[in-house]
Amino acid sequence: MIRPKDMTKKERRQIPRQLMTERHPKQRNKYFDEVTLGYSLKEAQLEAARCIQCKDPQCIVGCPVSIDIPGFLEMIIDHKLEDAIGKVWESTALPAVCGRVCPQEIQCEAVCVVGKKAGREPVGIGNLEMFIADWARSNGVKNKVEIAPKTGRKVAVVGSGPAGVTVAGDLAIKGHDVTVFEAFHKAGGVLLYGIPEFRLSKDIVDYEIEGLRELGVKIECNSVIGRTYDIDELLDEYGYDAVFIGVGAGLPNFLNIPGEDLTGVFSANEYLTRANLMKAFDFPHYDTPIIPGKKVAILGAGNVAMDAARTALRLGAKSVKIIYRRSREEMPSRHIEIHHAEEEGVEFELLTSPLEFIGSSEGRLAGISCERMELGEPDEGGRRRPVPIKDSQFFIDCDLAIIAIGTKANPLLTNVTEGLELNEWGNIKADPKTGKTTKDRVWAGGDITLGQATVILAMGMGRDAANSIDEYLKSLGKKGKNEKN
Amino acid sequence: MGTFKNHDTIILNEIEAPQIAKKALPGQFVILKANEMGERIPLTMADVDKKKGTITIIYMIVGKSTRLFSTLEVGEGFQDVVGPLGSPTHIEKRGTIVCVGGGTGTAVLHPITRGNFEAGNNVITILGARSRDYLILEEKMAAVSHEMKICTDDGSKGIHGFVTDALKEILDTQKVDEVIAIGPVPMMKFVSKLTKEYGVPTQVSLNPIMIDGTGMCGGCRVTIGGKTKFACVDGPEFDGHQVDYDNLINRLTAYRHEEERSEECMFEDENI
Ligand SMILES: Cc1cc2nc3c(=O)[nH]c(=O)nc-3n(C[C@H](O)[C@H](O)[C@H](O)COP(=O)(O)OP(=O)(O)OC[C@H]3O[C@@H](n4cnc5c(N)ncnc54)[C@H](O)[C@@H]3O)c2cc1C
Ligand SMILES: Cc1cc2nc3c(=O)[nH]c(=O)nc-3n(C[C@H](O)[C@H](O)[C@H](O)COP(=O)(O)OP(=O)(O)OC[C@H]3O[C@@H](n4cnc5c(N)ncnc54)[C@H](O)[C@@H]3O)c2cc1C
Ligand code: SF4
Ligand code: SF4
Ligand code: FES
Repeated sequence: MIRPKDMTKKERRQIPRQLMTERHPKQRNKYFDEVTLGYSLKEAQLEAARCIQCKDPQCIVGCPVSIDIPGFLEMIIDHKLEDAIGKVWESTALPAVCGRVCPQEIQCEAVCVVGKKAGREPVGIGNLEMFIADWARSNGVKNKVEIAPKTGRKVAVVGSGPAGVTVAGDLAIKGHDVTVFEAFHKAGGVLLYGIPEFRLSKDIVDYEIEGLRELGVKIECNSVIGRTYDIDELLDEYGYDAVFIGVGAGLPNFLNIPGEDLTGVFSANEYLTRANLMKAFDFPHYDTPIIPGKKVAILGAGNVAMDAARTALRLGAKSVKIIYRRSREEMPSRHIEIHHAEEEGVEFELLTSPLEFIGSSEGRLAGISCERMELGEPDEGGRRRPVPIKDSQFFIDCDLAIIAIGTKANPLLTNVTEGLELNEWGNIKADPKTGKTTKDRVWAGGDITLGQATVILAMGMGRDAANSIDEYLKSLGKKGKNEKN
Repeated sequence: MGTFKNHDTIILNEIEAPQIAKKALPGQFVILKANEMGERIPLTMADVDKKKGTITIIYMIVGKSTRLFSTLEVGEGFQDVVGPLGSPTHIEKRGTIVCVGGGTGTAVLHPITRGNFEAGNNVITILGARSRDYLILEEKMAAVSHEMKICTDDGSKGIHGFVTDALKEILDTQKVDEVIAIGPVPMMKFVSKLTKEYGVPTQVSLNPIMIDGTGMCGGCRVTIGGKTKFACVDGPEFDGHQVDYDNLINRLTAYRHEEERSEECMFEDENI
């Protein structure tokens, strides 16, 4: 085989998109190992060679953190892998995560020119990012950053999700003394408790958190800010110069229909937390139980719904149905997740809306009464509004229902913190460029400001906030002798 | 950590947790996890020593996790302790307050009773248990009550009967401004039913299954006045007359099979 480097432009254009090796759907749906096995070096080089190295690369514009995509792809072709990962690290601290979970089809890959031609698919940017990050991890290649001399300034980061992790890493590198406070007993945020093992191995999350510790970041788990400590206490009593709030959007929405309190009806947050964080799939080796449904219904069709559906299959469900009131085109999940779910045997009840959860005589869930919908006029967002079809009620038999219709801001912290302005949905108001909130010395970013968003947006906001916090800390000058600790 | 075993099945642990002790208020709870494989279990702080920086929990061995907790020796620690969680009890001077405690619910009731006592209320306490061996905190409760009655199901101590019998007698003979009832769900249900007839405001403390304790999973949801509330943040105390007890009882049995299996496996392990 000729090397991609020696290929002509025309030859390069004829390379088909390289598919990643995946575990067989009928086997992988029984255990929690990662579905995709990644590219070999050869596959990665072939895929990278599909990039035509645009003069004005749109893909970089499409990436919320502006990774130099043609730059690192070229280095993969040239087998300069250490340079390639270095290039990626310039823009993102979590490439192994982004490569796996970014909605590429609406970001970098959506605007890739290679995919614009009919019948052609865009360059597999996410896959390549995953490849290079995994290569670095398995070869022990670390981000060699120089840590600036200690500034003596202290920063508290609340929440250890992608936003908090980014802020903490960036500020530690800039020489500040950073402590992350996390409510759960383990750090990682949604990456740990929400996104399942088969999509994002927890080893990767642990590895990234370990990397943070190596930068000198302290992580205090079991600390619920607003309860264990208050923001003002951190600022005024414990001597933190600045606080970043990245607590995510962890409050689950319910449908508010009858029967929702029946045993067997779960929020996706609870179901996934039991399965992922508490490792209930390994019960009774681990102590936390989970109800393994036989017939499972999932309400909603986003990433969270797909994760819940595929988790239920792996826990032994005989049938799993996604119930969604719009049609396939409107499903908000990443396309690859829908594809993977379908391959594994998840069924779709589209244009269907739940009316009521029906209980058995013992008060356990027995099924859901639903009605069929059709798409009507477009709403303000431009999506066609689902409207019920008259007399179309029917019954879906199930013993487990998981509600995955989004989350909103948890008021636990914001309720007790004075001076933090919120928007009408309870999200913290923050300057979109800097993350600065209305409260003195306090910044915020990620889902708590954006509403439920994405990993990469949370990281991007974290980076901006870190820069703004750093500027502020610099403006304070060198730590004075007469200041508190 | 200090351990003291009151009875075979009721355990008291004093845990070093200075920051939690500093912030704790009556009615709040902590979530504990014994080890890597452990479950997250909520327990109310029965006592707090802000100077020593310790919190005290009192619990009944009912399943695997509480059994595991009870095996921790002095000096051994829980892997994880988080808190203080939940909304604190609203304590003010109201007049005459009857505090009703059943089983280990008495542990939860103790700091609340003390708070009410210190706020200048006339406090009457009723403690109930299966038999005299299951009564806990008698002296501590007596110290923060103006009057105390004891009821046992088998008559081995105090009044032979249920706490509701003693409560009814009080309600019939004097003006009561509030009743606080904490114990097994059926007890709270019947106390609330009784006080509703007398129109006396009643607070209960609910114990649904919890995971995070911060409002993130919705597993602890309870139905109050027809509305869904999260007990870990909106409670655990609620207006007893508004609670859907049957729903709570039902949800508490969700994992009955798994709980039994979990405890069985524990014994199997011990036998190896
Ligand atoms: C199941 C699931 C699947 C998803 N799939 C994708 C996907 O494929 N692609 C994608 O881009 N996005 C996905 N998302 C969304 C993405 O995970 C979030 O947008 C992202 O994690 C937000 O990051 P964050 O840092 O703002 O908050 P989070 O990741 O939510 O982290 C917040 C952290 O703060 C902690 N915390 C909360 N309150 C407090 C407090 N008071 N004190 C201390 N700590 C606190 C929480 O325990 C948590 O660890 C998914 C989300 C879920 C739930
Ligand atoms: C806010 C709150 C405060 C509490 N305070 C006390 C206290 O001070 N003293 C005390 O003895 N008990 C208290 N409880 C109850 C205590 O948490 C449970 O008895 C304990 O979790 C049982 O665990 P287990 O593994 O030993 O038993 P399991 O075998 O798991 O279960 C036995 C029983 O406990 C219930 N249970 C199981 N897991 C949980 C959980 N995570 N949360 C709540 N209930 C659960 C089950 O429904 C079942 O009825 C409190 C509960 C709550 C919610
Ligand atoms: S971070 Fe996300 S959007 Fe940016 S290049 Fe990687 S996959 Fe694409
Ligand atoms: S848009 Fe596509 S082809 Fe152009 S540089 Fe980016 S990845 Fe390469
Ligand atoms: S315990 Fe999870 S919301 Fe209350």
